[in-house]
Amino acid sequence: MTDYKPMILKGYLSPKGHLRDIADYEAHGGYQTLKKAFAMKPDDIVSEVKKSGLKGRGGAGFPTGLKWSFLAKPEGKPRYLLINGDESEPGTFKDRQIFEQNPHQLIEGAIISSYACGINACYLYIRGEYAKWIEMVEKAVDEAYAKGYLGENILGSGFNLKLVVHKGAGAYICGEETGLISSIEGKRAYPRLKPPFPAVVGAWGCPTIINNVETITNIPIIIDIGAEAYAKIGAPDHPGPMLFGISGHVNKPGVYEAPSGTLILDLIYKYAGGVRGGKKIKAIIPGGASMPIIRAEAAEGIGMNAESLKKAGTLIGTAGIIVMDEDTDIVEAIGRLAHFYHHESCGQCTPCREGTGWVENIYGKFLRNEAEKRDIDLLLSICSQVEGRTICALADGAMWPVRHSITRFREEYEKHCKAPDSLPHEWKYVNKAASGV
Amino acid sequence: MSVTNGNGHHNGKQQRFAEGSHGDSLEPSTGVQAFHALHAEDPSKIFFTEADKQKIAEFVSRYPAKESAVMRALWYAQEKFGWLSIEAMNLVADTIPMPRADVQGVASFYTMYWKKPMGKTHLAICTNISCMLCGGYDLYNYIKKTYHIGNGDVTPDGLLSLEEAECLGSCGTAPAMQVNNYEYVENLTLDKLKAFLKERGLER
Repeated sequence: MTDYKPMILKGYLSPKGHLRDIADYEAHGGYQTLKKAFAMKPDDIVSEVKKSGLKGRGGAGFPTGLKWSFLAKPEGKPRYLLINGDESEPGTFKDRQIFEQNPHQLIEGAIISSYACGINACYLYIRGEYAKWIEMVEKAVDEAYAKGYLGENILGSGFNLKLVVHKGAGAYICGEETGLISSIEGKRAYPRLKPPFPAVVGAWGCPTIINNVETITNIPIIIDIGAEAYAKIGAPDHPGPMLFGISGHVNKPGVYEAPSGTLILDLIYKYAGGVRGGKKIKAIIPGGASMPIIRAEAAEGIGMNAESLKKAGTLIGTAGIIVMDEDTDIVEAIGRLAHFYHHESCGQCTPCREGTGWVENIYGKFLRNEAEKRDIDLLLSICSQVEGRTICALADGAMWPVRHSITRFREEYEKHCKAPDSLPHEWKYVNKAASGV
Repeated sequence: MSVTNGNGHHNGKQQRFAEGSHGDSLEPSTGVQAFHALHAEDPSKIFFTEADKQKIAEFVSRYPAKESAVMRALWYAQEKFGWLSIEAMNLVADTIPMPRADVQGVASFYTMYWKKPMGKTHLAICTNISCMLCGGYDLYNYIKKTYHIGNGDVTPDGLLSLEEAECLGSCGTAPAMQVNNYEYVENLTLDKLKAFLKERGLER
């Protein structure tokens, strides 16, 4: 913990506590990697990123270099880079730290990524709630333009790049990559069917790369230290520095940068100062609200990397760790998430639009202690009818917390049921007749 | 407030889309409500000056397609007029220019665009999971009970409005709220919230 030097949240080490001013960033070696990148061939940068093993930090964990290599390059059509800073997953608040601490590294990453993919226009989508952080980033972008890092003929390389900050207006679905495309095109943020994948037909009908803010911020690190050195940071299957947002019942919640593969319990006890009031942990959601919830026992010896979390029956998602102590009512917590997903369903696909509402209503029944045990199975049945039957992954993300909290915390649900399991009065006779009594 | 919507319903009845707004416990939802755009109190005041039009043209110039400027343009209109009446939406549509129905579609999709006048102080209190675990509902319910307003409602004097916000990205400093779509107030406690309201002359 002590010998690790931050590579993304470098700002904390500087006297001002941030590197928002371009002079400070340059004094910390900023925009030097850009010169190194311009000396390389674009294809070499792509293969370097491939070799580094960098996986997307926005939730799906798709290898970034591979994504870049899929980009179609038809003649006469522009290509676009969209950077996803919509960050609306509950329990995730890492990109905000990048905007606040080190926006220039993000801009530098955007320039290098655009150069590697032959892109001349980059759009940075930031959620509307982050109005204050949008101003910070826009100021940084203006500074970068003034210094000639953006615009025409950057550093005499002959490469041009335009970077625009796009302000969202509060919709979780914009974090979904095709929803983000619809949103930036000036439409309702309805996700689209894939294929065609955005790398072939994306924003404004042109080939588009969509990467998370943290992913792009990692690019200058790879070019700076080299793919081999980068691949050695943290867990080999999911390498690199990572931002872990730890929230919930911990003493020192916040975003901590550590190598990937750091043990969940180390993050909670060593970084975040342990559980409030010295209580025991009941449940952990390791990757933002949509990812499967696990029992505290299952987190023993599990590191924050894809392979290790798979063993615990969950996924890394956005690495936003939500900790719930022994007094937490799991049904209430997941019920709140059910409300969230119902509110945020875009309404395009019937299973999600209706299913999320049904699930929310059933949670209402549990919380008013009106539910019966069969309602637990009803929830599971709705889950299987919604999962995988929609255009985007919001429906899956809405059902996983329900499904996994039931399979892993069934006793919590049973506590909320009224006992015994009853049938309406007249049904008893029907059942009797049917069973021949 | 004498504002009425197109169907002549009183403004006070107008809720945001998610009608089933839940406070203390999850009540059965009534599903998604139809959207009725409201008229401005004084439509003659809803216009763009030459400078405004230039600003919108600048937004349009940032993108390969003019429709992409709609989100920034709606933000601009909301900041200028306070909220998005049907006249404001149409004005944005005619300035860009793009179909009016598309602009209304966008304005009604995103929660941060206000489709009715909100309070002078608008509190978006986060009650999503991390904030809930740290007491977000205590704050939300305090406002609800003290000021007798629900999710998306405005007090009769028009000074305060409340919104149950979905994750503000402030989980490390939970519970948090956002004031007037801009400033975050973080690490909230009931005392801190009361002090904040007192500072704005809203204590009760």
